[in-house]
Amino acid sequence: MKVDIEKRILAANDEIAAANRALFAEHGVFVVDLMASPGAGKTSTILATVAALRDRYRIAVIEGDIASKVDAEKVRAHGIPAVQINTGGACHLESAMIRRAVDTLDLDALDLIIVENVGNLVCPSDFDLGENAKVMILSVPEGHDKPYKYPNIFQVSEAVILNKYDTLTVFDFDEGEFRDVVRSLNGQMPVFPISATKGEGVDVWAEWLADRIDAAQGEDV
Amino acid sequence: MHEMGIAEGILSSSLDAAQGAGARGITVVYLTIGELTEISEDALHFAWEAIAPGTLAEGSTLSITMVRASSSCADCGHEWEHDRYSGAQCPECGSWIVMLHSGRELKIDSIDIDEEGDA
Repeated sequence: MKVDIEKRILAANDEIAAANRALFAEHGVFVVDLMASPGAGKTSTILATVAALRDRYRIAVIEGDIASKVDAEKVRAHGIPAVQINTGGACHLESAMIRRAVDTLDLDALDLIIVENVGNLVCPSDFDLGENAKVMILSVPEGHDKPYKYPNIFQVSEAVILNKYDTLTVFDFDEGEFRDVVRSLNGQMPVFPISATKGEGVDVWAEWLADRIDAAQGEDV
Repeated sequence: MHEMGIAEGILSSSLDAAQGAGARGITVVYLTIGELTEISEDALHFAWEAIAPGTLAEGSTLSITMVRASSSCADCGHEWEHDRYSGAQCPECGSWIVMLHSGRELKIDSIDIDEEGDA
């Protein structure tokens, strides 16, 4: 006998993600899910973004890692509230983990939460966390061919940060080809070249994010 | 290897439906998966074989229908099927304003079950 189910496989994750999204909207908090490989400079990019926006927005960070709390400690050292999630082996964050982390934050005292996903270009791309925007970082040393190899993450993201841009001449990174492939995958997505540890280019990316935050908060009023 | 998390979602929905129907066991689980997702069919079968034993789904197989991506153009209305790299721009008029209709599915459609009393 056949029994119809007709359900999203990730229905349980999607339901919690929808509840997260409603909770964030209710408190006027904008949430960005930052995805990248290990070593692409996620934490450095977050610190640079915080430095650019902390005078205008109240910011907290959720750090996702398989183990350790080094990233949360780095962020806290800059006077920013940070919650560490240890996935205990899982290669991506799920909406229920975000929900538990958010419960430890005072949402009324925040405008922006930056979520640092587990370092991985594959798995995080299939999971809705309830964020307002998914953004990815690719670093120059990883190579311009990554959109060919990990296309989905380039398709679900709304912007790409191209980090370690100051090393462009050292590595054989073809920026033109990179932009062409990105365009073929996700036509209107902006690419923001930055050097996170030097602060170069961060202002352009931060302004894009600020515009998105202002637009979302404007809708809530 | 997030197929394990995906397999757990499939198992949970399958078991709910099987128990609701008074099944003695599940024989086949039918899935629809879009080609634009990051699901590896092999890894999904592997994960299923790892988690199904000891449940009503023990010994069942996954029947996976892969769905091609398709989009339509907001400017000229052209509709086309595409791979990952040819969906962002309309091949007819060159517009970048396009809507994706299929390709991101991650759906459990139905299950085949053995009912109480079946031989």
